[in-house]
Amino acid sequence: MAKRIEVSGLHAYYGQVHAIEDISMSVEPRSVTAFIGPSGCGKSTFLRTLNRMHEVIPAARVEGKVLLDSEDLYGSEVDPVAVRRVVGMVFQRPNPFPTMSIYDNVAAGLKLNGMRGKSRLDEVVERSLRGANLWNEVKDRLNRPGAGLSGGQQQRLCIARAIAVEPQVLLMDEPCSALDPISTLAIEDLIAKLKEHYTIVIVTHNMQQAARVSDRTAFFNIAGTGQPGRLIEVDDTSKIFTNPVEKATEDYITGRFG
Amino acid sequence: MTSQTEIGEKGTAAAETRRAARAASTGRAGDRVFAIATRGSGILVLVIMAAIAVFLIWKALPALRSDEANFVTSQEWSPDSTPARFGIAQLAFGTVISSFLALLMATPVAIAIALFISFYAPRRIAGGLSFVIDLLAAVPSIIYGLWGLQFFVTKMDDVAVFLNDNASWIPLFGGDSVGGRSILTASVVLAIMILPIISSISREVFQQVPQANIEAALALGATRWEVIRMAVLPFGRSGMVSAAMLGLGRALGETIAVAMVLSTASGITLHILKEGGNTFAANIANTFAEAGANGRGALIASGLVLFIITLIVNMAARAIVARRKEFV
Amino acid sequence: MSLAKHGSAPTSLTSVSMGRKVKDRLVQVLVYLAFALAVIPLVSVLWMVIKNGIGRFDLDFFSFSQNGIGPRDAGGGAYHAIIGTLEQVLLTSVMAVPLGILTAVYLVEYGQDRRLARTISFFVDVMTGIPSIVAGLFILAFWLLLLGFSFSGFAGALALAILMLPTVVRSAEEMLKLVPNELREASFALGVPRWRTVCFVVLPTALSGIVSGVMLAVARVMGETAPLLLLVFVTSSINMNPFSGPQMALPVFIWDQAGQPNDTAIARAWTAALTLILIIMALNLTARLIARLRRPASR
Repeated sequence: MAKRIEVSGLHAYYGQVHAIEDISMSVEPRSVTAFIGPSGCGKSTFLRTLNRMHEVIPAARVEGKVLLDSEDLYGSEVDPVAVRRVVGMVFQRPNPFPTMSIYDNVAAGLKLNGMRGKSRLDEVVERSLRGANLWNEVKDRLNRPGAGLSGGQQQRLCIARAIAVEPQVLLMDEPCSALDPISTLAIEDLIAKLKEHYTIVIVTHNMQQAARVSDRTAFFNIAGTGQPGRLIEVDDTSKIFTNPVEKATEDYITGRFG
Repeated sequence: MTSQTEIGEKGTAAAETRRAARAASTGRAGDRVFAIATRGSGILVLVIMAAIAVFLIWKALPALRSDEANFVTSQEWSPDSTPARFGIAQLAFGTVISSFLALLMATPVAIAIALFISFYAPRRIAGGLSFVIDLLAAVPSIIYGLWGLQFFVTKMDDVAVFLNDNASWIPLFGGDSVGGRSILTASVVLAIMILPIISSISREVFQQVPQANIEAALALGATRWEVIRMAVLPFGRSGMVSAAMLGLGRALGETIAVAMVLSTASGITLHILKEGGNTFAANIANTFAEAGANGRGALIASGLVLFIITLIVNMAARAIVARRKEFV
Repeated sequence: MSLAKHGSAPTSLTSVSMGRKVKDRLVQVLVYLAFALAVIPLVSVLWMVIKNGIGRFDLDFFSFSQNGIGPRDAGGGAYHAIIGTLEQVLLTSVMAVPLGILTAVYLVEYGQDRRLARTISFFVDVMTGIPSIVAGLFILAFWLLLLGFSFSGFAGALALAILMLPTVVRSAEEMLKLVPNELREASFALGVPRWRTVCFVVLPTALSGIVSGVMLAVARVMGETAPLLLLVFVTSSINMNPFSGPQMALPVFIWDQAGQPNDTAIARAWTAALTLILIIMALNLTARLIARLRRPASR
């Protein structure tokens, strides 16, 4: 079920602003790919082009190709709603639906896709919560509001919600930046477990995190303020962190700037 | 003030101390006067609210004592005859049924308009579109009344006849002497008038929906309607309820438009297509000019009832909004 | 269903299920229709007012009263009603605007989170919901029946002030809240007393917003009819003195003329409606223009 992503010649704009320029890269299935780079380098924007969430922002648009296996996400026949069903997303700040219970949060996507029947829903909700390492903590209070959980639990709830619909790709936009170190560790463990089934792309500000969780790492940078973000290099994580090809990458990971 | 005393203590030159002291004192006196003036105006608001209740009760009591009929259940309205006989049953019935029908018609449309402006209309013209809806609120009720009486009533004549012929199996319809100047027409006019209120408050509520929740729904692969159903409507539920209640409060108290559109007649009937019916406010506007001393007292008594009803509706609506604010 | 079979989903990117798509489209059509539905009465009202009002929109209408002119007679005008409306609204504003702004200042600058401020704020909101006829009955009971005054423009203005007050408080409050706190702190740090800070720093900063709020409030009370029927009554002649005797006002003029069976009277009612709506729209547009002009300046 995990799919390969092949990006070629991708540009993204906010109105007149050219946010990212000419990105081509591929993301391997059943692996974790980390996006790193200084603030404003377009890594989050790029992530959001991978499930067509970028165009949700008024006046935002995208040029180029994103192939999921062999289907272009930006093909004229493609429905963005269907894309987002297949490419799940976890956001920077945990955003469970405040009016829904824990159970309903996880079931939200399933119900959208027409799943009915209590026993089937129960089964998938349990499986997803177990998948997100949250089941044991919430199994006795599934009907309590999801907003009542701690930040780290809320984020795992959001992951459970995303994997409940069994997407083929899971995008994570700095999923730990709002969390404490212990919750961060829990999420990182979870990522390691999830990559057995999913293609995972994670944006992170934390280079140690990228080194810990990812198989491959892509480094993004901008030439200056107002310039579009570009992909500098992408390679195996071990190579990027020990022996990068580009000077800019080396400067960044050794902390000489950014 | 502490800073002023400090200056006073540290000041070396006597003149500077004096100046500082003077500044402090005028500052303090000015502050006190100003604080009293502002707090006084605030308290005046409370005084006015209390005075409305007190004076209405006071002037209603003599008339109520003279009433030979049951004030609550009687359908008569002849406070100036001897013995005086008047009751609010018919007024209360007409007020409540016309307002509820208006609410029933206006709420779904108003919420749909709020959704349209917040989520469907192109961003660039959304501001202009909401101005159009605000214009609907800017038109005074007397003009709705004139329009209703001179134009809309004639259109509703046909509607009433049509409904009477084809849908008389619904208990609200049917009956003889159907026509345009009915409770139904008044309700439609009221619905138009409360539409912008409900719509603008709903829009405010929709604007507070966190973008994060909307994106969460989108990222799950929700269509636009599903985003609204999952993230927007549940979040805005209490806000929409209070918006509807504020609309209801406005409809209950609306006077002139109803007084002009409705052809008042006595008697309670469920047949809302029949010409006739009456409301608290319309009755006051229509009969005040001919009312004697006791008649005015009786009208004030009916106004008191209207005041209490709208007060309850408004306070409930505001309480819902206030409670919601604490949550979010 | 595919989900239950553990991920053997033949998911396609090209479409979501037909049912979902149809529902989405249906709702879209419905909300567009709802907006169109709301525009119909607006256009109809404006069109009827213009179409029927333009006929008598002449010099006579603005220079003569109805004195000695019966419902069936042609001619006549609303001069006395326009004078009445302007005087009454001016008196109303003189009472409601200072009171409203002072109350707003109390709520924003002094009240903070005190119980009194919260109570006042709550009742200001409740006050917005008072039916105009009830405000009229209150002034009737208090001013006319208790204190023994008779019909006058001022009595009407008292009732209108009750209706205008909460609107002024709310809009002024909102504007005062927009004034950045740094401005107040800068002024306090210079040792300027609070009242001078409010009068010479805070209020001027919020001025254009408050002015536009007041104009909208004026536009709202200008169309009120019901309290005037009880308190100002009707007259067909010019009464320049708002403190004694019945006056006419534009809304009451419409009510009076529309109640007549004659076409000449109805035509006058429409023209008065056109006049009233033109004044109100002008106030609305100016208020919005002021509010818009202010925005870049405050940044």
